[in-house]
Amino acid sequence: MKTYWKALLAASLLGGTAVAVITSVSAQSGVTIRLACGTVGSQQALCKSAADKWAAKTGNKVEVLPNVASSNERLALFQQQLSAGSSDVDIYQIENIWPGLLADYFVDMKDYVPESTIKEFFPSMIESDTVDGKLVDLPWYGDAGLLYYRKDLLEKYGYKTPPTTWSQLTTMATKIQAGERKANPNFWGYVWQGAAYEGLTCDALEWVFSHGGGTIVDKAGNITINNPRAAAALEMAAKWVGTISPKGVTTYAEEESRGVWQAGNAAFMRNWPYAFPLGNGDTSPIKGKFDVTVLPKGPGSAGRNAATFGGHSLAVNRFSKNAKVAADLVVYLTSAEVQKERAIVGGYNPSRPAIYKDADVLKASPFLGRLFGVFTNAVVRPTTVTATKYPRVSEAFWNTANSVLTGKTKAAPALKALEEELTRIKGAKW
Amino acid sequence: MLNLKNKDLSKKQSSLAAWRTRTAWFFLAPSLIILLLVAAYPLFRTFQLSFFDVSILKFPLQATWVGFDNYVALFSDPRWWRSVWNTVVFTFYSVGIETVLGLTIALIVHSEFRGRGLVRTAMLVPWAIPGVVSSQMWRWMLNDVYGVINDLFMRLRIIRTPMAWLAEPALVLPALIMIDVWKTTPFMALILLAGLQGIPKELYEAARVDGASPVQQFWRITLPLLRPSLLVALIFRTLDALRVFDMIYIVAGTQIETISMSIYARQQLISFGSLGYGSAVAAGIFLILAMYISVYLVTLKVEVK
Repeated sequence: MKTYWKALLAASLLGGTAVAVITSVSAQSGVTIRLACGTVGSQQALCKSAADKWAAKTGNKVEVLPNVASSNERLALFQQQLSAGSSDVDIYQIENIWPGLLADYFVDMKDYVPESTIKEFFPSMIESDTVDGKLVDLPWYGDAGLLYYRKDLLEKYGYKTPPTTWSQLTTMATKIQAGERKANPNFWGYVWQGAAYEGLTCDALEWVFSHGGGTIVDKAGNITINNPRAAAALEMAAKWVGTISPKGVTTYAEEESRGVWQAGNAAFMRNWPYAFPLGNGDTSPIKGKFDVTVLPKGPGSAGRNAATFGGHSLAVNRFSKNAKVAADLVVYLTSAEVQKERAIVGGYNPSRPAIYKDADVLKASPFLGRLFGVFTNAVVRPTTVTATKYPRVSEAFWNTANSVLTGKTKAAPALKALEEELTRIKGAKW
Repeated sequence: MLNLKNKDLSKKQSSLAAWRTRTAWFFLAPSLIILLLVAAYPLFRTFQLSFFDVSILKFPLQATWVGFDNYVALFSDPRWWRSVWNTVVFTFYSVGIETVLGLTIALIVHSEFRGRGLVRTAMLVPWAIPGVVSSQMWRWMLNDVYGVINDLFMRLRIIRTPMAWLAEPALVLPALIMIDVWKTTPFMALILLAGLQGIPKELYEAARVDGASPVQQFWRITLPLLRPSLLVALIFRTLDALRVFDMIYIVAGTQIETISMSIYARQQLISFGSLGYGSAVAAGIFLILAMYISVYLVTLKVEVK
């Protein structure tokens, strides 16, 4: 019996040494970096091809991990992995609303990236990704809500320009839908993201802000959402459901709305820039028949254009065993070269201002130049001020918006209840 | 003399009993240790954490003692009580419908007919598909624009326009109950079928001789003798339904109309990263389940007497 144990012990020690030897050998000939990038649209493929190029150049290996499409699900997953101290994923693609939440779990990019490189990004993006002096990530691309419209249908029904106010959009959508229904019973005027998730927070924030109804919580931390303009904005959207938008829109995320739109079954769509190159793909029935513009304004003098800003960046896990190599891959992926290709092929908006003036890029996606302007009046979700409580604030907001959309409650009492809930979440301070 | 002998005997008996007890403990030890590790420790840890304020977003973790604050907040949390209500309604209807359907199916496949083996196997398919897969499948089938359910119902002229099954507040919970019934009726039917097979055939023969109608046979023989299996099936299914998570989470997400207790706990623990409050929610679920189980144990005891 005793000898048996000894043998077992010896064997396990030997095994351990063997494993150690193998790992040290592989460390010399390059390491494996695991990368979790986004999956919506063409992201995964683009991410993989760029990462593979880096791997070929440096002799390292890259594993691009599949990911969840829903952004709040992804956040929950990342939180779980990071709080467990997992080193399995070296690089995380994170959203611009997360640095405040996850800052503790990522390395300071300033330790790996020279100051001169950092200066090449949009200063506003770098600023929003800096938490207490720590640069949590490198910005990769910017997103903003856009209005997609069918050029051919607008022309067919006698409209020369896309709508500039929400009421114009409603009128146009109603008329086009009525006309198109004769041939296509599945046709809808306007599709957007109405499911109870982070995407609805983006859409609803656009409605509210464009009506002059504020940003839920203002920069000083005051809860401002309970106001008549915000209520009017939500009531307007609730009227769309079942009239110009399918009833099921209250369960739609980005891809569901793109599904309806790209099949040629909608006149207007609110979505992120990624849907532009996909809609112009060779197999797309609406190829060349649509364009994008800024989202409409609310009524009156308080009305303004609003596009929720959604940035995406790459951050290195603090538990990563190869943080230095991983940071090198992040620098490569966010380099001008890769971003230029992503802009041309995927329509992703560079985080480096210089690329917006690049002739190749402007030729491939002329709308990129226009987006530069959209970014300047983008609305930022109240993440900085609400910090670690943002997921709760957003959840309360999208649930309220969703229940107004589905007609369970009227906007005014719903916003009053939301104000109370947010006050409870806030407690003594955010 | 006689006295002494007796004493001796009892001494022997007691040492035998002691030896038996020791052996029993020895054999029980592995399962007890495993139980302590996988059940008692996590439970203890949950209750412990529920008295702290801890966020997983801070590294390293910092726990602040807050006493009963989490429980006070839980008690006045309308979303928590809504999740309890949703879960109870879901459990009541889904278990109720499953029992009636399961019993019907069990009675049918219990009778002799050609291809019975095939039917018994086919009946288990919904139960055999992994929950995540079948939930996603139902989510797609119930989609308002491209879902097959709407297409089917419109072809059959049951509905005239497509229904948004998962968007209409009044339809979501019934849709979820329907999915659960589809998925777990086979389980119910299987347990009840086993129970039916345990009823001696002679009873029915005797009843027939005495001139009892099939309906009388069902009420007087089948149902009373099926009682133990029915109780076991009910207990299992009720416990399962009270803990429902995956199906509702996948089909309906975290919307307030259908959020269940387990989803609420997960949301607090994982989405919001508050280990303290989330643990208080988990403890609340534990207490509710414990209450249900004690009611069941008492009724079962009455039953045995």
